Amino acid sequence: MELSLTNFLLFMVNCILTNNFIFSRYLGCCPFLGVSSKVETAAGMGIAVTFVMALASLFTYSVYNYILVPLGIEYLITISFILVIAALVQFVEMFMKKSLPALYNALGIYLPLITTNCAVLGVTLLNIDNKYDMLWSVLNGTFGALGFLLAIVLMAGVRERLESSNIPKAFKGFPISLVIAGLMSVAFLGFAGLGGM
Amino acid sequence: MDVNAIVYAAVVLGGLGVLFGAILTFADKKFAVPVDERFVLVREAVAGANCGACGYPGCDGYANAVVKGKAGIELCTPGGQKTLDALANIMGKESAQTEVQVARVLCQGETGVVKPRYDYAGPHQTCHTAVSLAGGPSMCVWGCVGLGDCVKVCRFDAMKIENGIVVIDENKCTACGMCVMECPRSVIKLLPKAARVTVRCQNQAAPRDAKESCDRACIACRRCVKACQFDAIHVNDNIALIDPHKCTLCGECVKVCPTNAIEQLA
Repeated sequence: MELSLTNFLLFMVNCILTNNFIFSRYLGCCPFLGVSSKVETAAGMGIAVTFVMALASLFTYSVYNYILVPLGIEYLITISFILVIAALVQFVEMFMKKSLPALYNALGIYLPLITTNCAVLGVTLLNIDNKYDMLWSVLNGTFGALGFLLAIVLMAGVRERLESSNIPKAFKGFPISLVIAGLMSVAFLGFAGLGGM
Repeated sequence: MDVNAIVYAAVVLGGLGVLFGAILTFADKKFAVPVDERFVLVREAVAGANCGACGYPGCDGYANAVVKGKAGIELCTPGGQKTLDALANIMGKESAQTEVQVARVLCQGETGVVKPRYDYAGPHQTCHTAVSLAGGPSMCVWGCVGLGDCVKVCRFDAMKIENGIVVIDENKCTACGMCVMECPRSVIKLLPKAARVTVRCQNQAAPRDAKESCDRACIACRRCVKACQFDAIHVNDNIALIDPHKCTLCGECVKVCPTNAIEQLA
């Protein structure tokens, strides 16, 4: 794909809204439901995922095109990508513990869980499937993660208000959250076709 | 079959693994967060039951708060005097003599003593469920239900149910307060271990109703108030209450109590 402003903007809208990871691809639902009870931690999680996804896109692109393809062992794509992502998450965790201890404490158990966040593995595999070059891979990772950030922050905002709402007992907690996730997904369906990709 | 395929796969994955391992090892050193050495000592000194009596999430949380100076050193009740001395030593603070507390059941409504309202035979044999059903299985809505919700949360094996009422082993109780929080009737209270004389009733009903529902209820007759020469007993809300700091354990109130609601422990 040629790099131009139009392409760039279309790609951005496409990644963030039209093909939103949560609402249209249904990837990364575990942290989406698990860490979305407070806007602050949700934003922190979103940023951590953004960081990991952008870096993961870069590294997995390199690993795939410079190691797996020349040696003809493309079938190792899944396991090698998981390896890359796991190492990256571990690295981000160490970095965060040192530099952003408050965020580290707030994310708690969910930070290591990025390792198994299917959105991260998903974006890296989609990069390869769509034959993006390095730049577009990183952009896809970044914008895809920004879409995730948007979704999780929106969800956290709604859930914060739910805390003080009068909800039937049977729907309290996760049931109502799932209902809302479904409704938001329907709302995002309205973006279908936008971005032209 | 091409042997190279196997070799490539092994070498590539192994190589990647070693490479990432090396980077992470380096990063671990580079980003090492110095842990306060006092944290380790404090963590060892506290009781380690993760009971939550201190109000922090687990012993790690409390140790962290102590080291940062956010929490006092006296909050670990299960650890008792030993932990307090150790923490005082580590944190360079004065150790204080703690008042040893135990959990006491303020109810003597054993089977046969308190009148039953109905026979509770529900599938959920818990106090919380039982009390939500028409005021509970016994006529007294202040008393022990005896289904043992507290026994389940006790981590020190200090509680058991006997004759339809919970009994606490003073020697095993660490006053962590889990049972106090769990009891739906608030019938368990933390009291000083030295307070050997207690009014073991919380029935605030009018005297006649109290007497009708339970043979050993406090009927607010005030005989104990008159018998006490130390101004240690007062009646409020139809219930006598002994001030443990004024009580001299003379036992006069125990003798005059018409319903044996006051108990003196050995």
